[in-house]
Amino acid sequence: MIQDQQWLLSVGVFLPLVGVLVMLFIPKKDEATAKGVAIITAAATLAVGLYTLFKFDYDQSEKLQFFTTNSWIKPIKATYTMGLDGISLPMYILSMIITLLVMIYSWDHVPNPGNAKAFFILMLVLQTGMAGTFVAQDLILFFVFFEVVLLPMYFMIGVWGGENRQYASLKFFLYTMFGSALMLVAFIALFINTGSVSFSIPYLIENGSSIAKNTAIWIFAGMFIGFAVKVPMFPFHTWLPDAHTQAPTQGSVILAAILLKLGTYGFIRIALPILPQAAEKWAPAIGVLAVIGIIYGSLGCLAQTDMKRLIAFSSVAHMGFVMLGISTLTPLGINAALFGMVAHGLITGMLFFVAGSIKERYHTLEIKRLSGMLLQMPRMGWILGFCAMASLGLPGLAGFWGEFPAILASWSPAEVLVANGHQTLFRALTIVAALGTVLAAGYLLWLYQRTAFGEPSAEFAGAGHGHDDHGHHDHGHDDHHSDIHDVSKFEWIAWTPLLIAIVVFGVVPSLMFKVMDPAVQQLASVFGGK
Amino acid sequence: MFAAGTESAGWFLEHAWLIPLIPAVAFFLIIGVGKRLPRGGSEIGIASMLASLVIAAGTAYQWIQRVDAPVAEGELGLSRASAGFGRVVSEKVATEGHEVLPVINSWNWFDIGGLKVSIGSHIDGLAVTLLLLVAFISTLVQIYSTEYVRGDRRYTHFFASITLFSAGMLTMVLAPNMVQFILGWEIMGLCSFLLIGHWWEQKANSEAALKAFWTVRVGDMGLLVGTAALLSVFGTLEISEINEKAANFAGDNKGMLMFAAVALFIACIGKSGQFPLHTWLPDAMAGPTPVSSLLHSSTMVVAGVFLVARLYPVFHVGLDINIAGQDFNLIAVIGGITILIAAGLAFVQDDIKKVLAYSTVSQLGYMMLGLGVGAWTGAVFHIFTHAFFKCALFLCAGSIAHTGSHHSFDMKTDMGGLRKKMPVTFGVWMVSTAALCGVPFFSGFFSKDEIIDSAKYNDYKLFYFVAIIGAAMTAAYMTRATYLTFFGKARGGAAHFVHGDDALATNAHDAHTVDAHAADAHGHDDHHAPAHHSAPLPFAKSDSSWQITIPLIILGVLAVVSGYLNAPALGIHWFEHMTESSIGSGTAMSVPPPPKFTWAAAAPGLLLVALGFVVSLALCKAVFGEKKNALQGLTQRNVLLGAGHKFLVNKYYLDALYEKVIVHSIAHPISRVVYWTNQNILDGMVNAVGKGGKRSGEFVYKYLDQGLVDGAVNGSGATARGAGTALQPVQSGKVNLYGALLFGAAAVGALVLVLVNS
Repeated sequence: MIQDQQWLLSVGVFLPLVGVLVMLFIPKKDEATAKGVAIITAAATLAVGLYTLFKFDYDQSEKLQFFTTNSWIKPIKATYTMGLDGISLPMYILSMIITLLVMIYSWDHVPNPGNAKAFFILMLVLQTGMAGTFVAQDLILFFVFFEVVLLPMYFMIGVWGGENRQYASLKFFLYTMFGSALMLVAFIALFINTGSVSFSIPYLIENGSSIAKNTAIWIFAGMFIGFAVKVPMFPFHTWLPDAHTQAPTQGSVILAAILLKLGTYGFIRIALPILPQAAEKWAPAIGVLAVIGIIYGSLGCLAQTDMKRLIAFSSVAHMGFVMLGISTLTPLGINAALFGMVAHGLITGMLFFVAGSIKERYHTLEIKRLSGMLLQMPRMGWILGFCAMASLGLPGLAGFWGEFPAILASWSPAEVLVANGHQTLFRALTIVAALGTVLAAGYLLWLYQRTAFGEPSAEFAGAGHGHDDHGHHDHGHDDHHSDIHDVSKFEWIAWTPLLIAIVVFGVVPSLMFKVMDPAVQQLASVFGGK
Repeated sequence: MFAAGTESAGWFLEHAWLIPLIPAVAFFLIIGVGKRLPRGGSEIGIASMLASLVIAAGTAYQWIQRVDAPVAEGELGLSRASAGFGRVVSEKVATEGHEVLPVINSWNWFDIGGLKVSIGSHIDGLAVTLLLLVAFISTLVQIYSTEYVRGDRRYTHFFASITLFSAGMLTMVLAPNMVQFILGWEIMGLCSFLLIGHWWEQKANSEAALKAFWTVRVGDMGLLVGTAALLSVFGTLEISEINEKAANFAGDNKGMLMFAAVALFIACIGKSGQFPLHTWLPDAMAGPTPVSSLLHSSTMVVAGVFLVARLYPVFHVGLDINIAGQDFNLIAVIGGITILIAAGLAFVQDDIKKVLAYSTVSQLGYMMLGLGVGAWTGAVFHIFTHAFFKCALFLCAGSIAHTGSHHSFDMKTDMGGLRKKMPVTFGVWMVSTAALCGVPFFSGFFSKDEIIDSAKYNDYKLFYFVAIIGAAMTAAYMTRATYLTFFGKARGGAAHFVHGDDALATNAHDAHTVDAHAADAHGHDDHHAPAHHSAPLPFAKSDSSWQITIPLIILGVLAVVSGYLNAPALGIHWFEHMTESSIGSGTAMSVPPPPKFTWAAAAPGLLLVALGFVVSLALCKAVFGEKKNALQGLTQRNVLLGAGHKFLVNKYYLDALYEKVIVHSIAHPISRVVYWTNQNILDGMVNAVGKGGKRSGEFVYKYLDQGLVDGAVNGSGATARGAGTALQPVQSGKVNLYGALLFGAAAVGALVLVLVNS
């Protein structure tokens, strides 16, 4: 543990709340000021994040840095402990970037029923919760941040969502709450079984292995459900398509890019290192569920008629790859999972952005009704194609490095799993997971063919401004659709960083692997070699 | 630059990584600024390919020097030296004069979990062959394209994609490890998708693009799993190490090596259009002709063959190739089947490009067969010669469509009698056809004959017969295509072109509007005005313009002379000498030397080819000629022949099986069942739990709270109202109380857990 600049993480986490405080004094009508203050706060937070990135000691990325610990709630021995290592760093920074970009996008995309002030305040609160989860090194603190995230997202879906928002937001909230409850039980059980000394994660990692194996398996079960609901893993995923479909674009992007990763992060940060003896028992089950998720999610995608719901289902499939990587208990697999988390955040975040912008222009996301987007909005169309290619795991783009190493790893899982006779199972899983890559190409390119290729459908044909020699400029402009225009300024500002990141991490994956690998190797050493 | 004691292997050999890098950078330049340039980005593409070609030529030159000048003794083993930026240059130096080791030059790409992955170049005879070939063909095809796709609405995109496509192939060819190999392999997949679907306004084109991508992707499962299997067997993904370890394989997990070989071969089946995944290749003709030409000659489809050749020890040892008593193996069987079924399909095509497409599939079958029977040199040399003549044939087809047949590729309706008006195209076509059919002293003869001979001498008797029958079929279907295109009476678009007759022209144009042909429905009509066309060559004024005919002439010449690099019939074994170090050898692997050529051994095959020519020519004259006779319309009259014809026309019903049965069932019924399950069973359970929770809340409120608790307190109206307000949310489905309920339940669970385990 490196205890320098102990204030840094606290500032990074709580700075958004300062912005919230300021915003409370801005009159509701003055939307521009509210938005401006929120964006400046998010930018300042990101600046703190970049400073953290700069000050991080990459030669010791396996150690918790900027570590701080203070007493907090004494009666239950919960402490205020924060620290950042190579496992947390990418997600911590990603959450800040995504929040800022989503806010920039929201500048001229505040969803109905308006009220920009409240909307932006929620996003800032959300940011505190997300960043806090990734740096908390105390289970109670982790739990608090984990739950803080829920409320703003609940309101974002429930207030700014689609037609069925009440149902979707309630389902999201209750389902996650149900998982959290079991998770809290598990945390308390951990605390008691390690002598009721501390909730500090480093302490528990040291002492967790002393817990009797059977007890550990039960405790793991509690955490498993808590995290699996959040990921979401099959069969706990059914809240996700509803939440995504009903959420406003901003909600979908944050949900996909960051919130889902709270679950997978929990597995890697808490469940595996504290209870390795239980993890090796659970790993085959996790692997099987992960691969079912891959195939099931992909098939679910093929059945969709709504673009946004399709992207939501694809998250189930992609998070299946992440969980498959984790279940191998190998450094290769866990690295793949961490990379996959960031890659999925960038790519699926982008896909939801694009879907949102399409909805804004066409007022529908029904695949049947969309066609020839490349002719009407060539840039938007190519961006969609690029994201589809990234999402299906094209090498050279970020998505590949989440999938390919996971496949390599599951073919040769950790020694403890081989010793328990699970090698054949994992090899079978590898083959099925590889089939998932075919299905991914299937649903993504099929979506692309139906929406982007061909000629614009008659319904929207009059509205295009895209191609000079192809737009049918018959003067029958339908006012309803006359707002079909190509990528706008704020969209470019919000999207360009993501698009660049998808390419850069795809070409130079070591940018991230280098940071994560030492921490992952240390974590996985308990499961035996590679 | 290099540590003391390590000699440089030569500038070009050390810098071969520039060969793919230049077109890759060019791709981004074209995308970025191409539209603003006077030639729409094509100048960047051509310049980058020329630069690659120059470096590839330099690499080839230095490689030849390296092979011819055995290194001095004493420099044993592997010497590695760091050379800045973490680059590792490893140059193996051999003691024996004839064994030349590859020049590997790589940087660390990333390390994860102890696995080191590098990026760089692995240069040996095989890589050099392909590098030179790809850079050369790409350059010619791009020059050709400047005329062929002139005025296209996505001209810049076209050049960007085709440049990236070459970059992908080149990246793959010099890959030092499997990860870079997969990178190049998949980039090609992406570009083939973009190029085949170049005119995506028409659904047929975008479907062909999807089909190509998906089919190859099905094979790619094998690539991913096979690579994982290689890693588990050898603990490395470096190709040179894998080959060395496989060639000296002595472990007891031979089964896993075989598994890896089979899995990887599945990838080759997909990429190289082998049976049963060949069906995407003919559909890929929907792309512009230069794309077909590039795709079918030196890139994309030979990638699968290249993978087998690259990792030959894995396949040779894994599949026990050339083990005494082996009559067949997976590679030979698939190659053999592919030769025959594709050749059969080539007979019933009316679209000239589809004839050539099936011909490619069939020739790829020869390459695979060669690798399957231990004729490594023959197979690789066939990649080399085939690239020239097949590229030439496709470009001829494009030239005809561009100039002679009104953008139609239908031989029956829009061609015929074109030989006099298009002398260059005709000449190149004839030479290339001769090479394809294996006519002695044309290039294809030397390469194909070595494969056929090896099948015989390495005791794969059955495949020897398959191969010579295939050769006869090749001769026959090419005769048919040649006759329909260049001989007989000019029809449709060709009639207009040949006779220059206005009356005919109007008719022809009415009957065959450009868009009627899905394969070439690309709206060429907007630039039909002759003013757009560049000048033709002076000696062939009615032929296509120079950008088309000059590449044709170059390729036509190469279709003859390229064979003389390795002409066993004349005692020339130069190509073999240059590439043999890539085959691999070791304690577990011995590839038999190529058999000694004799005319007697070649005679049966040649006789069959001659027979194929004669019979086919006679039949063509009878069926397609002007004299009425009994053979015309025979397939309509004879039930058996009709059924056979229908079976072929329907492509053995494989497409129907894949599209109508497999893909359709996954995309529709299966996915719907899954989704129904999701909505009604899984989600149904969640909703039921939610409703149950709400009901029990209501129950608690109504009976316990209001009835018992409240009754016991005997509350006043005020108390009751207070409690009612507080608990109202339970009924209206508010969140927090559900949460409280769940937490309550959880707390009980926690207590139980703690009590049980303490």
